[in-house]
Amino acid sequence: MTAVERQQWDVVVVGAGGAGLRAAIEARERGARTAVICKSLFGKAHTVMAEGGIAAAMANVNPHDTWQVHFRDTMRGGKFVNQWRMAELHAREAPDRVWELETWGALFDRTKDGRIAQRNFGGHEYPRLAHVGDRTGLELIRTLQQKIVALQQEDHRETGDYESRLKVFQECTVTRVLKDGDRVAGVFGYERESGRFFVLEAPAVVIATGGIGKSFKVTSNSWEYTGDGHALALLAGAPLLNMEFVQFHPTGMVWPPSVKGILVTESVRGDGGVLRNAEGRRFMFDYIPDVFREKYAETEEEADRWYDDPDHNRRPPELLPRDEVARAINAEVKEGRGSPHGGVFLDVSTRMPAEVIRRRLPSMYHQFKELADVDITAEPMEVGPTCHYVMGGIAVDSDTAAARGVPGLFAAGEVAGGMHGSNRLGGNSLSDLLVFGRRAGRYAAEYAAAAPRVPVAGEQVDAAAAEALRPFAAGGAEATTGGDAGPPENPYTLHQELQQTMNDLVGIIRRAPEMELALKKLAELRVRARRAAVEGHRQFNPGWHLALDLRNMLLVSECVARAALERTESRGGHTREDFPAMDRAWRNVNLLCRTADQAPGDPEEGDDPARGRITLVRETTEPIRPDLLALFAKEELVKYLADEELYE
Amino acid sequence: MATGTERTGTEHKDGQRGAAARRGVHTPGRAAIAAPHLRTDRWWSAPAATVAGLLAFVVYSTWRAFAAADYYAAPYVSPFYSPCLAENCEEMRGGPNWDLFGGWWGISPAIIILIFPLGFRLTCYYYRKAYYRGFWASPPACAVAEPHRAYTGETRFPLIMQNIHRYFFYAAVPVAGVLTYDTVLAFRDEHHAWGHMGLGTLVFLVNIVLIWAYTVSCHSCRHIVGGKLRHFSKHPVRYRAWRFVGRLNARHMQLAWASLFSVALTDLYVFLVASGVFDDPRFF
Amino acid sequence: MSGYEALFKVWRGDASGGDLEDFRVEVNDGEVVLDIIHRIQATRAPDLAVRWNCKAGKCGSCSAEINGRPRLMCMTRMSVFAREETVTVTPLRAFPVVRDLVTDVGFNYAKAREVPAFVPPAGVGPGEYRMMQEDVDRSQEFRKCIECFLCQNTCHVVRDHEENKPVFAGPRFLMRIAELDMHPLDAAAETGRDRARTAQDEHGLGYCNITKCCTEVCPESIRITDNALIPMKERAVDRKYDPLVWLGSKIGRRRPPG
Repeated sequence: MTAVERQQWDVVVVGAGGAGLRAAIEARERGARTAVICKSLFGKAHTVMAEGGIAAAMANVNPHDTWQVHFRDTMRGGKFVNQWRMAELHAREAPDRVWELETWGALFDRTKDGRIAQRNFGGHEYPRLAHVGDRTGLELIRTLQQKIVALQQEDHRETGDYESRLKVFQECTVTRVLKDGDRVAGVFGYERESGRFFVLEAPAVVIATGGIGKSFKVTSNSWEYTGDGHALALLAGAPLLNMEFVQFHPTGMVWPPSVKGILVTESVRGDGGVLRNAEGRRFMFDYIPDVFREKYAETEEEADRWYDDPDHNRRPPELLPRDEVARAINAEVKEGRGSPHGGVFLDVSTRMPAEVIRRRLPSMYHQFKELADVDITAEPMEVGPTCHYVMGGIAVDSDTAAARGVPGLFAAGEVAGGMHGSNRLGGNSLSDLLVFGRRAGRYAAEYAAAAPRVPVAGEQVDAAAAEALRPFAAGGAEATTGGDAGPPENPYTLHQELQQTMNDLVGIIRRAPEMELALKKLAELRVRARRAAVEGHRQFNPGWHLALDLRNMLLVSECVARAALERTESRGGHTREDFPAMDRAWRNVNLLCRTADQAPGDPEEGDDPARGRITLVRETTEPIRPDLLALFAKEELVKYLADEELYE
Repeated sequence: MATGTERTGTEHKDGQRGAAARRGVHTPGRAAIAAPHLRTDRWWSAPAATVAGLLAFVVYSTWRAFAAADYYAAPYVSPFYSPCLAENCEEMRGGPNWDLFGGWWGISPAIIILIFPLGFRLTCYYYRKAYYRGFWASPPACAVAEPHRAYTGETRFPLIMQNIHRYFFYAAVPVAGVLTYDTVLAFRDEHHAWGHMGLGTLVFLVNIVLIWAYTVSCHSCRHIVGGKLRHFSKHPVRYRAWRFVGRLNARHMQLAWASLFSVALTDLYVFLVASGVFDDPRFF
Repeated sequence: MSGYEALFKVWRGDASGGDLEDFRVEVNDGEVVLDIIHRIQATRAPDLAVRWNCKAGKCGSCSAEINGRPRLMCMTRMSVFAREETVTVTPLRAFPVVRDLVTDVGFNYAKAREVPAFVPPAGVGPGEYRMMQEDVDRSQEFRKCIECFLCQNTCHVVRDHEENKPVFAGPRFLMRIAELDMHPLDAAAETGRDRARTAQDEHGLGYCNITKCCTEVCPESIRITDNALIPMKERAVDRKYDPLVWLGSKIGRRRPPG
């Protein structure tokens, strides 16, 4: 095996989105030498796509807002399967995390008295989202990026080297978390630019790689969202939690085809936009579920009054949690009341003056103008559901963000599971990144300070290198041996088939036979993926990169499909046509995915490549702390909690 | 490894030798594309139009400035000759001729005053762009390679002098004031009686509006009225002034051209009337 | 449908050389240049290197030169070209090429580090920041920047003069200095740093000859020249070339303006 460059760090953060950068800042500020690895250029992570805002109960706009109300909204939005301690920490700490951004140079939109303005969003009782127009994610990522640069400047003044304590390895992909026995020992990856392999040895690794959307055809997610972190954790022996909960954002663009899925921010509705079907009806009034009935307006008049007088009117049903709106749109389209390109109409043009629209929704205006030739100040947008976010993820300890079962492994942001339960509220993602990014960085640094340093064993590095080089050999002589006989496969074709399968069979509305079919197809794809072959060499070769990412997407897709088949109820981001109701008995059940053949360090599948690689374990969750339960009315709890939970 | 900030090793490698052929977009390490640019649109039309427009003005104004004739036709005085500050000025009753220079000034009196508007426009941020692109080809158009071997921009003499734009702005304000005075005088008839108006009055009105709009929309003006402030909220009046100037400033280019043409046309109008080509049509 | 076949010329190669390669590719309704590049990748040249991310003009990854003009591939609709028109796509030409359409944009990250960061005001804790909307408007415009580096690529100061790279920060980072200088609470002045002066002395503001190509190519329509660069030049004039202002600050109030 050729020599692989090795470096030693205290903490390695995989992913440079909001969570990764926040973790890196915290780890570095707590004295750990920290490396950040990201697939894209520094500052391009998918967080930039976040539009609406950061949810934090700062009570700048409505003085009644408190962390308790925010906690309550989060639990309701997630239909009570949230890891409640995470939801609590999140609601308590979010304001501090937002305020801290200001001290790093962030410039949020302001209230009249100069504080951070907050806007309404689906599922949030009060205006709560700190924002900058509709480009909040960009502001967040840039602020964190500039804070990292500020820390590097500090290090430069002290040590003469910008990267002595905090270094960003951009355009690098991690393919394996390396271990020493049970505990984490480092990561193995390659530089996209040159194709060179490298090993970063570190006792603590924070995974902050975001989501899995690229396994679906219609998605708002970028190419990076291939479930890398989920797969890295799985392969390192950490379980994934509740992967069946995938959020389909109700409003993605539906036309033209090349931009299908690109997000249309919820702020459009938060600021007054309404949904109409082809008949011109505001159909959301027909879809208010029982659990939310008291909280939402029943007439258009009341809904319209709410924008000016939220204390005496109920909110419009367009602002129901995302899962409800997405299902409603899906139903309208299915019943033939959709728009020409298979969506529904989202209209702001009749609700606000053109100038206000351009000021408050500048990037939406821009996006529709440039990409679809639609002037949103004059005509409605056409929108439909798009795969947006995965609520499931690496099972973590609520307080420390430590992944379960693998000492030294931490996870934060979208890749971590539990916080959002079965459905995430808009705006809770950016606050999640900050709160748990910071916690992951802190506890990773503390862990690293106490952990022994062990060099990574050479065999592990060799195995990881062999795995990464496999696509260059596939299709050649090797492919005719074992179960791999067959022609070489084009990774792009495999990816398209995978996306189609997940979109059609494990999409927004799910049925048992379809998911069984999906599992079968995934198994076939997995066999074919072993023959994914690439041309050319290792220098910036996207075909190769995709071939390697396929492993992750296939693993994660199987988790989603298996967990979705197992959970025989509909809840949040998981809707079963064959089990359309929420079942209180499932409230306290977590589904954990693990790799089927637990052979740590074994880079490749067992004997039969067609066999499923994932096993599911059911687990009963810890009861919600009584003082938190007391924040809800009894009548509400009855709808969610099983009888025996209520009596305790 | 790929942190994006390490030395690439391609900088300066080529140093002196052979640099002529391998500089700019042909610097070693950059994508080897022979063409200096690949633009397929008519990128040259804007600089060409700039050159044509500016040249036309320069030729016309040079002729008129040195002619020292036909610049006064009561009640109109050509903006090129206002204020007229030497002894050899034509007599303008109540007009802007103040003999500050005396009799030693031999050449056209226009030269004394034209220095100021000329300097104002020459150092104007818009005109700089226009002539750097049009005359210097620095650059001729965006992403079109410029022909120069070296470039130091406005970092040293003489171009560092562009920083005195603000003084020319200070000077341009009184000059515009005098032209405003001229416009008021244009509400007289040829016998200097007030309360009259002719076609020339209209021409003067349009011109002075454009001159002021151009002068006020200047970037230096925008800075002085409010741009230099850090907290607009503490200076509401200056903030409003800044916003007003900002709105005009967005059209600085259009105003630069419009006022350039209007001042030349106003002069031409006076010339035509003064030289007797036609009589100023009087309204009342 | 209105699909048709377009002729694309895509630059392929690396630092050691390369050439434009012809591709005849299907184009469908509503597609952008990046879609076509992806189609070439998926069907014809799987190892064609290209950077991209959000595909919605928000991340600034897919910068390239299309028919000689610096643009984002994801925001360049195919409908702007005539059907018979050849579409030429090359990497950015101001930076070293890595491979195909990917360039080494490290220059920009190095420059980013040279701009001193935001200095928080002493004695104002988190949560106590009070800023008026009109005071943050200007900096907010600059913070719309998605760092696509098209302005850095187009600016002739470095595009046509490699030797200026060490002394010139480029429009993006001069704008960053403007953003901080206009930030209502930045306390750099209190620590003895005069951002306007250093913009000229250390970051090469004087090299800018305001020919506005940065503004012309900005996909976010930020008025870089009018709102950032020229105001910074004027602020430098305040410090260095305006004796009236200088005299005023010596005699009267010693505090910074505003």
